[in-house]
Amino acid sequence: MRARFVTLAEGIEAVVRDGDRVAFEGFTHLIPFAAGHEAIRQRRRDLELVRMTPDIIYDQMIGCGMARKLVFSWCGNPGVGSLHRVRDALEQTWPLGLEIEEYTHASMAAAYDAGAANLPFAVLRGFRGADLVRFNPNIRTVTCPFTGEDLAAVPAMRLDAAVIHAQQADEEGNVLIEGIVGVQKEAALSAQRVLVTAEERVEALRCTSPNACVLPSWAIDVIAIVPGGAFPSYAHGYYPRSNAFYVAWDRISRDRDGFSAWIGSNVMRKGPESFAAHARKTA
Amino acid sequence: MSAYTAQEMMTVLASRLLANDDVCFVGIGAPSAACNLARLTHAPEITLIYESGTIDTRPRTLPLSIGDGELCETALMTCSVPEMFRYWLQGERMTVGFLGTAQIDRYANLNTTAVGAYERPTARLPGAGGASEAGIQCREIFVIVKQSLRSFVAQLDFLTTFGHGTGFDARERLGIRTKGPTQVISDLCHLQPDAVTRELKVVSLHPGVTRQQVIDATAWELQFADEVSETAAPTAIELEVLRELRARGES
Repeated sequence: MRARFVTLAEGIEAVVRDGDRVAFEGFTHLIPFAAGHEAIRQRRRDLELVRMTPDIIYDQMIGCGMARKLVFSWCGNPGVGSLHRVRDALEQTWPLGLEIEEYTHASMAAAYDAGAANLPFAVLRGFRGADLVRFNPNIRTVTCPFTGEDLAAVPAMRLDAAVIHAQQADEEGNVLIEGIVGVQKEAALSAQRVLVTAEERVEALRCTSPNACVLPSWAIDVIAIVPGGAFPSYAHGYYPRSNAFYVAWDRISRDRDGFSAWIGSNVMRKGPESFAAHARKTA
Repeated sequence: MSAYTAQEMMTVLASRLLANDDVCFVGIGAPSAACNLARLTHAPEITLIYESGTIDTRPRTLPLSIGDGELCETALMTCSVPEMFRYWLQGERMTVGFLGTAQIDRYANLNTTAVGAYERPTARLPGAGGASEAGIQCREIFVIVKQSLRSFVAQLDFLTTFGHGTGFDARERLGIRTKGPTQVISDLCHLQPDAVTRELKVVSLHPGVTRQQVIDATAWELQFADEVSETAAPTAIELEVLRELRARGES
């Protein structure tokens, strides 16, 4: 069945439910900020948030008390410092305590790959000598049946929902992702329900190569067109990363009142159309 | 151009340790500055790889994040993150992994995860990212870190990336075939592991830095090589290229 085009509010309502294990994926690039804001407006609760590199959007969602658990492999404001809202949840349980399940990039990427491949677990050479093994019981060891070598194993990623941002969707709902593609394809294929937000709807996808990263329409549930929807992250070929906003977030998020005020005026009293101001096509 | 900062000395020394034929897994921040300085001075053909999947990238400015658009736009190609970690890192294609850290111990084990107890941290740090596996899958590891009692600790609060464990043949005993940390560059000195014990020892002091200064900035009883030299000061060209790189990043 082909993907349906919906509004962002309808998309979040259809795909992300209270209690879900959900990934809003994006490896620095194409982070679905507008979708995260819509989930905040719809006051989703009790989420198990999954992402390799939780950054500002997860800081915002966790600061709003939407998550009970965070599954991740690197958590910070890249090049800037800590995520103050995540740290406040972990260190002071504000506004809620936060359980964590921590991996390394190699193991979490392998877990997504195994999820997409419909395998029960992922295998890798990893974690040797690392303390993480003592704190995450899901990091285990398997023995290679051929050589007898001990290898690390982690469970395959299984998501209730995946939310990703893309450059283009065509009339039929096929989606093009270009640039740093991260683990978005794997996240989508590991999930029961998939929402894609896209910069624009086009007649034909701008595929520069037959090997372009395209998610077929029938692998996606719903698509919402949200120009600028990745800001302050970026969309390759459209608009650059707002490094200035990532730097500014350090100050905005530092104290609870300042954070809550920012969410009030920039998320609760705004809609997805506010992202359009950042939308642009450069190539 | 005689005046330079301790941070510049650190970055310049780090860049000199990289070779033209290196294939380098680049950490963000100070490692990235050192790697690009090497590329723009003595190692023009060095292959720089960032964990976002950008392979053989030649950024014109220093990226703020590991996945800035600049890295993708100037790369030979960009692969997915699973491919990056499975084929290129685990496939042992990298000659050098260049890492930063919050804490380092005498055997160059690294902590980028937490200060204090893991379950109730006094300061929660980002975590492993690509570092844990880089530490065992790159042929060797260079570490760049500012030296102080907070960073050069007697006991790590958390071992994120395995260096030389408890010394001697700790890596071999865990079945690790790669060399691990071979160079540690701080803003005060240059350290290398002892050939037998694998404990770090100072091999050179940066110009103007005394032994006592380095001892005072280290929480364990620091070892010195039999002959400790003075690090060569940054050249005018090294400083010019480094400052241009930084200026372009800020503009």
